Amino acid sequence: MKPTVLLGTRKGFIAYHFSNNRWQVENLSFEGQPVSIAYADERSGTWWACLDHGHWGVKLHRSKDRGLTWEEIKAPAYPEGKEIKEGIPATTRYIWSMANGGKNFLSRLWIGTDPGGLFLSEDEGNNFHLVESLWNHPTRKEGWFGGGRDQPGIHSIVVDPRDENRIHIGISCAGVFETIDAGKTWIIRNKGMHADFLPDPNAETGYDPHILVAAPSDPEILWQQNHCGIFRSTDGAKNWVDIGQPEGPAKFGFAIAVADDDAEQAWVAPANSDMTRTAIKGALCICRTDDGGKTWKELRKGLPQENCFDIVYRHALASSGNALVFGTTTGNLFFSPDRGESWQVLSNYLPMIYSVQFTN
Amino acid sequence: MPTVKFTYALRRFFKTLKDTSAKSETLQEVLEELEKEYPGIRSYIVDDQGILRKHVNIFIDGKLINDRTTLSDPFNKDSEIYIMQALSGG
Repeated sequence: MKPTVLLGTRKGFIAYHFSNNRWQVENLSFEGQPVSIAYADERSGTWWACLDHGHWGVKLHRSKDRGLTWEEIKAPAYPEGKEIKEGIPATTRYIWSMANGGKNFLSRLWIGTDPGGLFLSEDEGNNFHLVESLWNHPTRKEGWFGGGRDQPGIHSIVVDPRDENRIHIGISCAGVFETIDAGKTWIIRNKGMHADFLPDPNAETGYDPHILVAAPSDPEILWQQNHCGIFRSTDGAKNWVDIGQPEGPAKFGFAIAVADDDAEQAWVAPANSDMTRTAIKGALCICRTDDGGKTWKELRKGLPQENCFDIVYRHALASSGNALVFGTTTGNLFFSPDRGESWQVLSNYLPMIYSVQFTN
Repeated sequence: MPTVKFTYALRRFFKTLKDTSAKSETLQEVLEELEKEYPGIRSYIVDDQGILRKHVNIFIDGKLINDRTTLSDPFNKDSEIYIMQALSGG
């Protein structure tokens, strides 16, 4: 297990560290400010805080000393004249995902935003530029729309470690897109997905993958918790199969995590459907599959089983070795040392948790 | 020269922020002047397209500006330009 957990919360950036057999808060930064993503670039150890000031706009900060000091970086900005749709100017409304470019592109960083722009930095994040090819994709203006947020947003950026110019992104609502040339061209990868909310069930875009992840042990296997089920692909997103439980609980939710060492093992955090977005029957559970989604096991030991309203946002569940951690909308932070078989409370008094990440 | 004053909330991000005399004749130019004095501040006030942020207000001599898009409201050399935040959230 990596011994540090970074949290992006509604009221700040929080780092927990595990030492002497206990978790302790190592760092609190940006107290009071919404942190949409707390991200560690594991190549350099740099921490990133993506801030969502209500008044002052989206801001980006980085720290090279584990949060002791921070440096503000110019946040991704849409070039002059860009429009979301005709007459609606484009401005960065939210940073919803961040990923590093991999070991062969040490200066490269990716950022996904609402309203649907992907940004690339080739200089360690000093400057980010809009990926025009995706912004100009012919499906964007008519075939993408808001889901979870008012405008379309890129919440998932999955860089293939075998070929770091190959990247899958997840967009709500548009679906999964793939590039094999570091963002010059894009292929839509929505085959097999379904979207109950679309008037045309065979639409090219408009799907709602809540989160997209690749299996670390086999990046050809991709998983997504979708608005309309849980989907898995064994061929690099060319075809998707719904592996959720038709009657739940492993069906609706936001988050998904895949085991480091087993492409068949994954966890989801089920929630009541989009009608209520609360814990199912007032009880919190994590579901795990050990067989690629054929069967699911409910894991509840140590989790609240009554009067519970918590759900888990899309970036707020992570695994590392045998360990799992997740944070909830009501500020509870849970840890499992044994792949979800049992859970411990790390805190009941945090702000709403947007993101969690294990790091060193 | 018009004087630019700021909400205290911006001092959290710009520690040296103080009342500032401006030489420019338009609000857009005033923002450029401020950017030179306090690098990064422009992006706190206007968005990527130069539009006044939704929860930021600018008052000229006590009156809220009308043009939030191109910031064309006039002022004179004795004007007081007040940059402040809306009160919202929790």
